[in-house]
Amino acid sequence: MMTVSNGNLRVDLRLIADMVEPGSRVLDVGCGEGALLDWLGRTKGVDGRGIELSMAGVSAAVSHGLSVIQGDADTDLKDYPSGAFDYVILSQTLQATYEPRTVLSHMLRIGRRAIVSFPNFGHWRVRLHLLTRGRMPVTDTLAYEWYDTPNIHFCTIRDFLDLCRDLGITVERSVPLDRNGQTLAIPSCEGIANLFADQGLFVLSRRG
Amino acid sequence: MSQSEPVPTSTANALGLKVELGRDRPIRLDCGVELGPVQVAYQTYGRLNADRSNAILICHALTGDHYVADPHPITGKPGWWSELVGPGRVFDTDRYFLICSNVLGGCMGTTGPMDDNVATGQPWGLNFPVITIGDMVKVQARLVDHLGIDQLFCVVGGSMGGMQVLKWAQSYPERVFSAIPIAAAARHSAQNIAFHEVGRQAIMADPDWCDGNYLQQGTRPHRGLAVARMAAHITYLSEPALHQKFGRNLQNRDTITYGFDADFQVESYLRHQGSTFVDRFDANSYLYITRAMDYFDLAAENGGVLANAFRGTRTRFCVVSFTSDWLFPTSESRAVVHALNAVAANVSFVEIKSDKGHDAFLLDEPEFHATLTGFLEGAAAHRGLPRDGGTGR
Repeated sequence: MMTVSNGNLRVDLRLIADMVEPGSRVLDVGCGEGALLDWLGRTKGVDGRGIELSMAGVSAAVSHGLSVIQGDADTDLKDYPSGAFDYVILSQTLQATYEPRTVLSHMLRIGRRAIVSFPNFGHWRVRLHLLTRGRMPVTDTLAYEWYDTPNIHFCTIRDFLDLCRDLGITVERSVPLDRNGQTLAIPSCEGIANLFADQGLFVLSRRG
Repeated sequence: MSQSEPVPTSTANALGLKVELGRDRPIRLDCGVELGPVQVAYQTYGRLNADRSNAILICHALTGDHYVADPHPITGKPGWWSELVGPGRVFDTDRYFLICSNVLGGCMGTTGPMDDNVATGQPWGLNFPVITIGDMVKVQARLVDHLGIDQLFCVVGGSMGGMQVLKWAQSYPERVFSAIPIAAAARHSAQNIAFHEVGRQAIMADPDWCDGNYLQQGTRPHRGLAVARMAAHITYLSEPALHQKFGRNLQNRDTITYGFDADFQVESYLRHQGSTFVDRFDANSYLYITRAMDYFDLAAENGGVLANAFRGTRTRFCVVSFTSDWLFPTSESRAVVHALNAVAANVSFVEIKSDKGHDAFLLDEPEFHATLTGFLEGAAAHRGLPRDGGTGR
């Protein structure tokens, strides 16, 4: 866990970490080796839990003293009681779930807030790739061929905002990111962000 | 900790420690019988720190005992978890104080069916009350009282030991800071009950069993117990492990003999397992302890909902299973994890990749050991245990 031992956190994870209030209860879905959980625990006193699909990730996280279970977003979120967490985080994983809509609903049931990031299929480079080459786009952030990609439910930022509306989810904050996970000089994920953001990062809450 | 009775004293000899508990306050068993006094044989490793916060209770499996890291007094073999216990090891004796006691109903020093019933002066035999996993845990709790420990830093065990871990976490949530149920389940499955029944029937079909009174008759149902062990031993291994170890290899011969001698190595191996087992285990103990496992159903004890067993728990859990374990498969561990998630408990869950079957928890599995070490490390940090465990070393 290089990211853990030298105290640095991947830039997009750092952005997420900054959105989490100190001392809160966090569930990180698809937590990998637990870099974000570890950072949140050490610097913000967060009570963190994780779910990770890969055994290697789970093993590394638990061996590092983190509370992580082997499981996946599609099947394991339903067990948790409502309101068990302050934040449920899903970073770069929504597009790899079988039922993104159900996953999102569960996240906002068991968490007061959800923090979600995903690659934006509406980015101009993706559109151009499909338009000019007529083939499924393979880019830095979407680095798979169509036949071996774990990403089975791509969406654009606009698609995602539509789903949030359908589900009665409030977008508290949205941050358009470039391919390196750096913030773009666009105020939110509304409008032109769908064309220029490589990724979208959202803080969501239940309406009402 | 209620300690109204006079404080019993432990005695130590070459076979470990022993204490008599429940003389004035008998132990009320689940079957309704009040049992006492009870002899408890146990072993400790490491040193208890000043604030008594570094104790780990190790719970042994069906045919295990408290010789965790000592040579076994009968077989002379190293303790069943000796690889994991010692300075700098997973259960670091420089840091933790380890306790393991022979279970109630056992045959290595703790009161069980082969001991004399004080009331009659005869061996208990089948007059010994039927015990449960919960009863075993009650006796362990008395031992922990006796050792002056309010809260255990960790309760850990595999297989039946893991059942005890779960029972501890449910019965005494405030006394269990962290819990590691390994290759275990919250209930014994129909298939597992079935296997146990085969073992028990083998014992009871042996004429030397004498309706359970073999000690009075001066015999031992060695053949029945050996068959029970052979059948059970198969369930502890995986098919790939058996195949890898023996295949269809013949035992000290070049061709099959067209007879019922142990032609195959696997037969010879099982016969050896059976015949050595009877030297160290009591047949009636085997009946009683397998029965305790069969009766275990933590959900049924909690209104049919497993999550109820853990509601409000603050214990940190680490659930471990092994990919090739078909006796206590991962699905059983996952059921426990789901129940813990349902009460938002603090839980880690790792399924270790291993081809060694159920017995993997007793064997050299580096990833398993790294998981245990990491989890204990994390728990120790949360408990505020210093690196030397506060033992002042």
